[in-house]
Amino acid sequence: MPLSSFRYYLMPAFILLLCFISVGANSAIETFEFDNVEQEQVFHDLTKQLRCPKCQNQNISDSNAPLAKDLRNKTYELVKQGKSEQQVVDYMVARFGNFVRYDPPLTPATIFLWLGPLVFIFIGFYFLYGQLKRQNKQDDHLDSQESDRLEQILAGKTSVNKKTKQEKK
Amino acid sequence: MANTRKILTLSVPLVIFFSVCYFLFKGLYSDPRKLDSALIGQSVPQFTLQDIYDPQKQYDSSIFKGQKMLLNVWATWCPTCYAEHKFLNKLAGQGIYIVGMNYKDNRTKAIKWLTDLKDPYQISLFDENGMLGLDLGVYGAPETYLIDSKGIIQYRHVGDLNEKNWSETVLPIFNEME
Amino acid sequence: MLAEIGQLSLAIACMLSLLQTVYPLYGIYARNQSAVESAKILTNLQFVFVTIAFIVLCYLFIANDFTVVYVATNSNSALPWYYRLSAVWGAHEGSLLLWVFLLSLWSSAVAVMSKRLPVESIARVLAVLGLLSLGFYLFVLLTSNPFLRTLPYFPVDGRDLNPLLQDVGLIMHPPMLYMGYVGFSVAFAFAIAALMEGRLDSAWAKWSRPWTMAAWVFLTIGIALGSWWAYYELGWGGWWFWDPVENASFMPWIAGTALIHSLSVSEKRGVFKSWTVLLAISAFSLSLLGTFLVRSGILVSVHAFASDPARGLFILAFLIFVIGGSLLLYAVQASKVKSRGRFDLLSRESLLLINNILLIAALIVVLLGTLLPLVHKEIGLGSISIGEPFFNKMFSILIVPFALFLGVGPLVRWKRQKINELLKPLVLSLILSTVIAVLFIFQYSSKFTWMALLGVFLGFWILVTTCYELYLRATFRFTLLKGLSKLGNSHWAMSIGHAGFAVMIIGITMTQNFSIERDVKLAVGESIAFEHYDFHFDALENADGPNFTATAGVFTVLKDDKFVATMKAEKRIYTVQRMPMTEPAIDAGVTRDLYIAMGEVLPDGSWAVRIYYKPFIRWIWFGPLMMGFAGILMMLDRRYRVKKVSEELEGNV
Repeated sequence: MPLSSFRYYLMPAFILLLCFISVGANSAIETFEFDNVEQEQVFHDLTKQLRCPKCQNQNISDSNAPLAKDLRNKTYELVKQGKSEQQVVDYMVARFGNFVRYDPPLTPATIFLWLGPLVFIFIGFYFLYGQLKRQNKQDDHLDSQESDRLEQILAGKTSVNKKTKQEKK
Repeated sequence: MANTRKILTLSVPLVIFFSVCYFLFKGLYSDPRKLDSALIGQSVPQFTLQDIYDPQKQYDSSIFKGQKMLLNVWATWCPTCYAEHKFLNKLAGQGIYIVGMNYKDNRTKAIKWLTDLKDPYQISLFDENGMLGLDLGVYGAPETYLIDSKGIIQYRHVGDLNEKNWSETVLPIFNEME
Repeated sequence: MLAEIGQLSLAIACMLSLLQTVYPLYGIYARNQSAVESAKILTNLQFVFVTIAFIVLCYLFIANDFTVVYVATNSNSALPWYYRLSAVWGAHEGSLLLWVFLLSLWSSAVAVMSKRLPVESIARVLAVLGLLSLGFYLFVLLTSNPFLRTLPYFPVDGRDLNPLLQDVGLIMHPPMLYMGYVGFSVAFAFAIAALMEGRLDSAWAKWSRPWTMAAWVFLTIGIALGSWWAYYELGWGGWWFWDPVENASFMPWIAGTALIHSLSVSEKRGVFKSWTVLLAISAFSLSLLGTFLVRSGILVSVHAFASDPARGLFILAFLIFVIGGSLLLYAVQASKVKSRGRFDLLSRESLLLINNILLIAALIVVLLGTLLPLVHKEIGLGSISIGEPFFNKMFSILIVPFALFLGVGPLVRWKRQKINELLKPLVLSLILSTVIAVLFIFQYSSKFTWMALLGVFLGFWILVTTCYELYLRATFRFTLLKGLSKLGNSHWAMSIGHAGFAVMIIGITMTQNFSIERDVKLAVGESIAFEHYDFHFDALENADGPNFTATAGVFTVLKDDKFVATMKAEKRIYTVQRMPMTEPAIDAGVTRDLYIAMGEVLPDGSWAVRIYYKPFIRWIWFGPLMMGFAGILMMLDRRYRVKKVSEELEGNV
């Protein structure tokens, strides 16, 4: 079974990609025996978070490629020996590099994976804060009309009334 | 003044977009499936493997010490290896020391291959169940490792070696090594 | 001969799109009224010609014309006619033709349905759409022509459609998805036209809102269809894989979701206008970026690119031109926009902005997760993978504030809201949804995890607050039933859309936390039991089809000794491509799916069989269906139809 024919073995979930697929849906199903439920769980978790390096984008649990099979067997062997999840991941990373794990390690570049969204949230809230503050400045010179309306709103449910009217329009 | 600042702020998406484009452009010219070996700078892992011709003869990692060499991973089920073989013969002819590792293969077929196509390897290891392959992080065949005289892996080439990539990338690294 | 006609019409359509871009703009510049008005005619003509090209390609497939390369590589005479038709968009060239065809369809729809808009504005919009069409026509004609011939030596039969695509779900999935992607081009064109004109007002938001909503509905349903297809066709029981290709469709969806909300604020309150424009540009830009990512092979397979480097470069150049150009225009023009409306920290405006921020943070997670492996490698730090564990972690964090705010949002008034009026509904909803969530989990699961409780709580929080809001609104002036009947379509749309999202969250939580997977060895006559279910392997059957051979395993399923279903899981070999395929058997239900996939025959004649128990997985697709339905309701709101003209006139006078 040529390994090289599995080069384009990728997860073809969406059609845009379909011109590149050469191997189809043929899930890898094997029956392993475990000492206990925890071991089985560790094994399942591991095969879901380890990537088959030869296939395009599949974990070793889903892939039917020979290399994925080898890695599954090795994972099974290590788990049976009582290795922890982290130890098995380290074992694989030592041989295949960080590419093999779907949970990326912290590096000077990957830090942005967490920082990027966080920074954006801060900027967003800063913007909201700035907007409100600018309005408050204007609010200091609230004209009489404006404060009347404020009064109204505070007093009753005028704004809701107005809104329902608007919607009915 | 305030307006300039506003334009600058609003240009942030543009700047981000162009930096992304830079990487997209570079990405067009690199193969996302070519992985760097995780073993660069480390010595070849410990192993005990049989000789391909003679099951009685066993080797261990000491064979990688003493001189710089190539370790070529190949198999008879691999069409690219067939294409590469001629070039390996040529390299062997130039006096380059090559160790062959037959990976997850059939011994009889492998011996026939080497007899028919000439044997470029000084030593031929037989890794039937891919044990050393796994420790080396082999993810396909052919792969070629550059190993220096201290037995340290310096580079991995994925795919076939040919005139072009040999003279452009691999040979310069090989010459650099001690 | 036909293929040549197709190619010729495509070339004519290409020319017309060039005219459609240049002539109306010239008309606006030179104050030439007939040139301005020509935009609509040119757009419709262009649509006619690309339709001819598209029909020709469909006909070539139906008629099995293997003298055409594209037909020969993607079809086969043994294929049923409906799969031959869906094979039209089964690979790169044809799917691109579908793309330009749909782009033209949208443009034409804008031309026809915008009679009430100022003629100059519509000319600008159509010119922008023409420019986009032009780019794609050139792309098809120069790099990916589906009409090329195999002559003089053509094959007797075709190489067949990829078996994965021989499926009913896949006939509809790509057109839906593309309608969504391409549909965002309309919002984009409206935004660019408004920027060109320098007039970003509420009218602009009002015009582009139904179009954006339409595109969003298609994209939502398209993605849900794709997920459903992956679930039953790929045989791994998964419904989302965080593959770059999926991410490519998810990113425009997130941006589009933010956009439809932001548009409503801009329309009703006149604030956040420059932010809304940026979102309109982003939604379509991300569609384009997605196209680039999956067609250049940059993330997935370099092979496709190596065979034709022109494709990747062409799209990248187009990307830089379109996105770069529009962002530049944005930087210059949006700085002139002044936001007028006022609002408090506790107001619907603020909450919508906060949800927009969280949505875009989620978008950044997906974008970085998709592109960072590329950057990581290019800057010499080595290859990394970013997949499910990372995305799941980030999304479980982001969903918490998002869902909480989503629940509060509809209860809060525009402009300002007194906090003490909110306390009662919020506290009541909090108690109610916690109680329901706990009961729900104890009812439907034998296990308990805090993550599951949190997820289910968030779902019910949204449902409860949504119902509460409906109740408050309905009983404000009338009795409950009368009040409910008086609510406008767009109000129902909001409530149903949010409820759909809640249903999806509950589905995802239950499936992710309580699915059971068993890989077992079973021989005919044996059975396996778990979760009250007994799976009995009764027999093996032959199940050959027109272009495949297959073996089916027949299972009888019992629950607590009562008959539930007979399930047939197949293992197929497609004869032309020699491809093995797993056709799982699924017994679908509201509260759970049972799923059986056949593996390999083992040496002793028994089979490796994978059995899944997937609680509430249907909810994951039912939720988006509700959201899609809500979007349609929204478009049917009276404001966007009859009243449009008069209100517009009132506004302008």
